[in-house]
Amino acid sequence: MAKEKSLMPVNLTSKDFATDQDVRWCPGCGDYSILAQVQRVMPSLDVPKENLVFVAGIGCSSRFPYYMNTYGFHGIHGRAPAIATGLKIARPDLDIWVAAGDGDLLSIGGNHFIHTLRRNLDIVILLFNNRIYGLTKGQYSPTSEHGKITKSSPMGTIDHPFHPITVALGSAGTFVARTMDRDPKHMQSIITRAHAHRGTSFIEIFQNCNIYNDGAWDRFTEKDTRPESVIYLEHGKPLVFGEKNNKGIKLDGFKAEIVSLDDGKYSINDLLVHDETSRELAFILSEFMEKPGFPVPLGVFFKQNKSCYETELTEQIEHVTEKLGKGDLEKLLFSGSTWTVE
Amino acid sequence: MEKTVKVLKSATIRFAGDSGDGMQLAGSRFTDTSAVFGNDLSTLPDFPAEIRAPAGTLFGVSGFQIQISSEDVYSPGDEPDVLVAMNPAALKVNLKDLKKGGTIIANADAFNDKNLQLAGYDSNPLDNGTLKGYHLIALPISKSTNHAVQELGLNAKEASRCKNFYALGITYWMYDRPLETTMEWIEKQFKKQPQIAEANKEALKAGYYFGETAEIFTTRYVVKRAHLEKGTYRNISGNQAAAMGILAASIRSGLPLFLGSYPITPASDILHELSSFKNFGVKTYQAEDEIAAICAAIGASFGGSLGFTSTSGPGLALKQEAVGLAVMTELPLVIANVQRGGPSTGLPTKTEQADLLQAVVGRNGESPVPVVAAATPADCFHMIFEAARIAIKYMTPVIFLSDGFLANGAEPWKIPHVDEIPKFDAKFRTNPIDFFPYMRDENLARPWVKPGTPGLEHRIGGLEKANIYGNISYDPANHETMVKLRAEKVSKISDELPLIEIDGPSEGELLVIGWGSTYGAITTAQERLEEEGINISRIHLRYLNPFQKNLSDILKRFDKVLIPEMNLGQLAMLIKAQYLKDVISLPKVQGLPFKAREIVAKVKEVLNITQQKEEVK
Repeated sequence: MAKEKSLMPVNLTSKDFATDQDVRWCPGCGDYSILAQVQRVMPSLDVPKENLVFVAGIGCSSRFPYYMNTYGFHGIHGRAPAIATGLKIARPDLDIWVAAGDGDLLSIGGNHFIHTLRRNLDIVILLFNNRIYGLTKGQYSPTSEHGKITKSSPMGTIDHPFHPITVALGSAGTFVARTMDRDPKHMQSIITRAHAHRGTSFIEIFQNCNIYNDGAWDRFTEKDTRPESVIYLEHGKPLVFGEKNNKGIKLDGFKAEIVSLDDGKYSINDLLVHDETSRELAFILSEFMEKPGFPVPLGVFFKQNKSCYETELTEQIEHVTEKLGKGDLEKLLFSGSTWTVE
Repeated sequence: MEKTVKVLKSATIRFAGDSGDGMQLAGSRFTDTSAVFGNDLSTLPDFPAEIRAPAGTLFGVSGFQIQISSEDVYSPGDEPDVLVAMNPAALKVNLKDLKKGGTIIANADAFNDKNLQLAGYDSNPLDNGTLKGYHLIALPISKSTNHAVQELGLNAKEASRCKNFYALGITYWMYDRPLETTMEWIEKQFKKQPQIAEANKEALKAGYYFGETAEIFTTRYVVKRAHLEKGTYRNISGNQAAAMGILAASIRSGLPLFLGSYPITPASDILHELSSFKNFGVKTYQAEDEIAAICAAIGASFGGSLGFTSTSGPGLALKQEAVGLAVMTELPLVIANVQRGGPSTGLPTKTEQADLLQAVVGRNGESPVPVVAAATPADCFHMIFEAARIAIKYMTPVIFLSDGFLANGAEPWKIPHVDEIPKFDAKFRTNPIDFFPYMRDENLARPWVKPGTPGLEHRIGGLEKANIYGNISYDPANHETMVKLRAEKVSKISDELPLIEIDGPSEGELLVIGWGSTYGAITTAQERLEEEGINISRIHLRYLNPFQKNLSDILKRFDKVLIPEMNLGQLAMLIKAQYLKDVISLPKVQGLPFKAREIVAKVKEVLNITQQKEEVK
């Protein structure tokens, strides 16, 4: 029976993942696209709906679980990775997703973020990066650009931002990728790959907050500027970009440079070929955001197979149980130096 | 030489030395030996927060006190009869506590100019006559130890490390303790270092034989076996008991146990103990911080485990927002707070009970949480078990309070058989028909659903939930309903709690109320008062929120109520607020447990009984 059941196709559609709750994001918010892509991808993952859990912290994006007709936990600010960690350790059989914003995941929850990555639990983390605090109505976030004028920085921020991809790579992340709200197909493919990865899969999603930080990613997301501003990463393929696919990235030592494929000086064979298995290369690519004129990479920066925390813990338990036998409470209570009063 | 043998009802010994001198080890070996021998006992380890404070300094002194008795004993004793002082600083710090005329065993080798200066002595107290009022036995413990182990080829440092066993050997002779228990322990402990094992054994024996042959020791003391109830016993510390208690709750409820914890003094041993129970299927997780630890435990509870987190005061402060999340999501969770001196980092290795209010009311919003507290080290087993039972039955976080004194102190424990430990069922909802996440049962508990159960997919979280249905609700009346429901759920727990039993007359002039680790000192004080013909009544509270039902009635039957507690009157405040009963507070916040005589003195003051010459601190 059980075998037969597992072979039965799940046969769900994206609609099965929508709840009866009204989605309360502002009209035009990039979150809608992320919700739509996740719901669209879900049926193809072939995971029974009851085994899916969405966990979130606090913020606009953290309302995500309420809109997914799966199990869901809306936690407290910044703590989604910690809650998801406990759940995954207790229940390795569940398919766990974290939805978080840049303030939630990188500021108040920064500690949990980096430690979850290094432990490599088999979960997916979706970062909705809009470079602003939306729910608290417009203060700068850890990813806001230096000098940004916001409600809490009327003279411009003096904070230097960091890049989530760099942080994730530096935290021993084993699947590090970037996509954007305005490219549904790309997002779907990245989500699918992230889910297939065994380990903590981190996806930074450029997401537009049309109320407090409208157009923050326009250069990368709008159709007219996108080709010149982004570069799609594909494992084993040369790094080519541009309106006419006429530009490429070449590596000179550790230094990346943009070269033209038009003037006959360089051919496609001279270009840097993307290698997902190289963390060094991923670091170089993650710095493109800081380099004026450089295209911002989208896609999978880095992917590595490494043991998962919950698997090793289960193995330890199995190993010790095999060695010592299943724990016997009576024996444990009466262990050590005991004496009997007659 | 003939030696006199004197039979004592009880004796109190304190080992004191540098934090690197192995005094905790000496004390705990004396404890184990006495427990196996059959004495009743109670211990008080007292050590500095620094792991290896500079040698010879006053702040680096580490002490371990134990009272052994042939009768019931509730506290580690007010004043030591014997002080083992391994250096001048240890003497200086501990002399004031020693009984008048008590015995000092001092390591004369350590009383050199440098150490005397570090301890602030102008001249050597061992030979300047200042210790005239005591029975001073100054011995070259270092030299004798070196001599005893010299043939084993240890280096000077290793040889010197054995001196705690030499000192221990002397006390074993003085109190007629068998050596076997410690010999076996040494062999096991130093299995991989046979040379060190041999040296420690030699040192122990050398100390013992020195007592026997030296003419300095004229009297040997015998503390006979205590008449304990029939059964099998072991010696147990509060942290060990708590770890086993929560494991027992997991096994008897059939729920897998998950501990999320972050190392913190004096609670870390709970994490250590449970980490070694892997063959019971226990999952322990050392988190990146206190908040992650409790959030992971909440996640595990959501997944259908018995979620548990262990910490101490500052850690609880960090966890409180998450405790509120567990209140709101109505998930079972046990939070162990092994209290220490505060506020802030405070006195990490010292004991205090100043987190009671933090436990009962220390969260944002109306956030009711049941609170239980253990009275003795072994009671940690029962009360943490009770915390888990309440958490699961009522779908609520429960705070279990212990403290540094209980955590590290030890007592003999009559071990229960597994079939004597109650079983309780954790119910998981699996039926999707008419399921609503915040529908309540007769205990006002909401259903617990394991993710993975088909047809019951639902969302919970920290936002206010609509009554019954569980969707987000900002409705004003709904919020008030939910606040009241959560409060009622917790207060209703008192319906099933055992009634408080009064020790002493059921009505009268004075009732003394204790909670937590003050149990030993108050009980001893009551016994001493009885010996003097002063009868008082005593109750001990193990349930701090909600209180047991008959507390109100009991309070009415006494003219005066005295509450000794290791804070500035937190239980007193709760009782005054809840029952409009005036109470007399006896606070002590010195990082040390009460002495029975301090309570005796206060009782006499309250009852207007003229003090005999006793000094009140």
